Amino acid sequence: MKIALFATCIVDAMYPATAKATVAILERLGHEVVFPGGQACCGQMHVNSGYFKEAVPVIANHVAAFESDDYDVAVAPSGSCVASVKHQHPMIARSCGDRALEKRAAAVGAKTYELSELLVDVLGITDAGSQLGSWFPHRVTYHPSCHGMRLLRLGDRQQRLLNTVRGIDLIPLPEPDQCCGFGGTFSMKNADVSSAMLEDKAANITATGASLCSGGDASCLMHIGGGLSRQGSSIRTLHFAEILASTEQHPAQIAGEVQLLSGKAAQ
Amino acid sequence: MSQTFLGMPLLPVFGTGNLHASESFPKAAHRELGNAQLRANLGHATHTIRDKRLQVVSELPDWEQLRDAGSAIKESVMARLPELLEQFEKNFTARGGVIHWARDADEANEIVAGLIRETGETEAVKVKSMATQEIGLNEYLEEQGITALETDLAELIVQLDHDKPSHILVPAIHKNRSQVRDIFLREMPGADPALTDDPAKLAAAARTHLRRKFLTAKVAVSGANFALADSGTLAVVESEGNGRMCLTLPESLITVMGIEKLLPTWQDLEVFMQLLPRSSTGERMNPYTSLWTGVTEGDGPQNMHLVLLDNGRSAALADEMGRSALHCIRCSACMNVCPVYERTGGHAYGSTYPGPIGAILSPLMTGIQAEENNSLPYASSLCGACYDACPVKINIPDILVHLRGVDVDSKRGKKKIPTQMDAGMKAASWALSSGKRLGLLEKGLPLGRLAAGPDKKITKLPGIAAGWTQSRDIPAPPPQSFRTWWAKEHRGPDADGGPMPSHNKGDQP
Ligand code: SF4
Repeated sequence: MKIALFATCIVDAMYPATAKATVAILERLGHEVVFPGGQACCGQMHVNSGYFKEAVPVIANHVAAFESDDYDVAVAPSGSCVASVKHQHPMIARSCGDRALEKRAAAVGAKTYELSELLVDVLGITDAGSQLGSWFPHRVTYHPSCHGMRLLRLGDRQQRLLNTVRGIDLIPLPEPDQCCGFGGTFSMKNADVSSAMLEDKAANITATGASLCSGGDASCLMHIGGGLSRQGSSIRTLHFAEILASTEQHPAQIAGEVQLLSGKAAQ
Repeated sequence: MSQTFLGMPLLPVFGTGNLHASESFPKAAHRELGNAQLRANLGHATHTIRDKRLQVVSELPDWEQLRDAGSAIKESVMARLPELLEQFEKNFTARGGVIHWARDADEANEIVAGLIRETGETEAVKVKSMATQEIGLNEYLEEQGITALETDLAELIVQLDHDKPSHILVPAIHKNRSQVRDIFLREMPGADPALTDDPAKLAAAARTHLRRKFLTAKVAVSGANFALADSGTLAVVESEGNGRMCLTLPESLITVMGIEKLLPTWQDLEVFMQLLPRSSTGERMNPYTSLWTGVTEGDGPQNMHLVLLDNGRSAALADEMGRSALHCIRCSACMNVCPVYERTGGHAYGSTYPGPIGAILSPLMTGIQAEENNSLPYASSLCGACYDACPVKINIPDILVHLRGVDVDSKRGKKKIPTQMDAGMKAASWALSSGKRLGLLEKGLPLGRLAAGPDKKITKLPGIAAGWTQSRDIPAPPPQSFRTWWAKEHRGPDADGGPMPSHNKGDQP
């Protein structure tokens, strides 16, 4: 299968290790990965902040980058960005009166999958250990991000994949369905409420005794990780793609390149 | 400039009364978050109701179909509202009731005060009602020399304490029992000085106080949960039975109801009687459901009035994307599951309608430009818990986003200097609408690493971004973007499609 990778802007710029891991998993399964160079961002930040007019060129750019027939499906390591591509793109195009863009956006959306959705529903992965060679001997807890859970109805796909990683000690997170408080510009416009939500999420994560919190959205993980770091916690965050890509020959660098360079790699 | 009268009222007519925030949500939230007692009470109460609701909802195999039915019925009501209102008016009048139409809060208040004055009374007992709170009826009546006595236990507590409700179903959710005892001792005439904070004792004290009033009251004021167009029937759903007392004992009954509460037929009630108790109190069935159809000679109130209230509902109806907010049956499930409400409580929302529904309904009814109501649609992380819980499937997150758009557009061109947010969004739109431009900007990532310093994290940012760094660090950016890595180092799969081609140069995933 020829799979087009939508890295998402935050992963592309801040967490390249997550995109590399996505590529590694898919290539390991024998698929060809392409990276449409015109891609940038899904535009969700603009839409969710009410800047629809400013969102249109961002959406149009994404549609143009991904509307080629030269691939079978598109994938992104983010529930939130995929939900935006599938739901918001056609909606914003329509509300701005661009029917043609609405149609094209809907077609791109129909071909776009979140990573766990692609792995489980399309590629038939039920056991990450045996089918992907995933190996990750660490105590991990997992936060299911809101948009994957409620907009894409991913259910326990990500968690099931993590559960079948060899060597992993996956500890259930109390109150997993509670939002971490990120919400894009919400974290700045309503910083106090957002911080109060984050505080509770961080406390629940800490209570698990895990050394890592995994999840499927780099933005939420940056938020959670940023809060833990501010509290002086040693708990890191790591995208589930990096855990799936981790093998005995090539173990994942915990918390990716960012912490790696500060000399805080594996423990 | 002279104005020409065109013979038509200006549309839309926005709502007045207690629908406005007097300060912005972030400011109000900041204050409420500092109230540790409030947060503890709210956290406990919302979590308990959440669990109960999930439990009773999971018992019904057709819960999702019920939600679909509820949503579809409400949608059809909104589509045929004028016709249904006329049908209801005809049936209600034929059975001895009198209908009054009120465009806004002021009109409704005047009508109710006039009706009470006609009876010669200066006191009225009240059934818990959102509509009368929305129009500020109690305060208005007080100015007119009429005492309105709340009879719902929690409303009574709030009224005695000269406070405002903070939850539409549990108005005193922000008070605990020792606070309640203190209020009773201070404000309730004849309260036993030995009163303890035992809930049963507190309820008994309230009962004695209220009984006296029920037996002497000549006028009652109520709201209504539903109105059935095909029979002209009104319905009140409650837990304590105090509403039933008010609806049956006094001679005159004045009901104030929003025009959106109509249901076409009796049969439709079946759907809502399953949805409402489970969603609101987490009960399979509510203890008291009162239905009344006109005047029955020698039985119950002999004077029956209904004030049909618009107060911004037509304006909400005119908003194609937002109108489904009028489907709301005031169950409060959305606020009970809301992580923002759970932490700020209801007062932070200013309006009578708090929580997720309040964040859309208030600005829809008042217009987004009204006072501080334009900050309400931003009072959400868009986590979507409210949409999942809503028994009539109001897509609150989508309406929040829609209203943010209306807010941004309403300010375009009006500001001399663009805000930091405006400027940032414009610049980001330019940068993020081209892979080339984003790629060029990513070449600057190493600069960010420099700014992050030796511990590789950014702990303080200026301007609006300071909100982020008040409680979170930002990791230092990586030395190169994925895009750069892909172009420079990734060679693509080997010809034989062998495993792990991306690692053939020792790259780590
Ligand atoms: S919006 Fe839905 S969940 Fe919220 S109070 Fe109204 S009916 Fe209940």
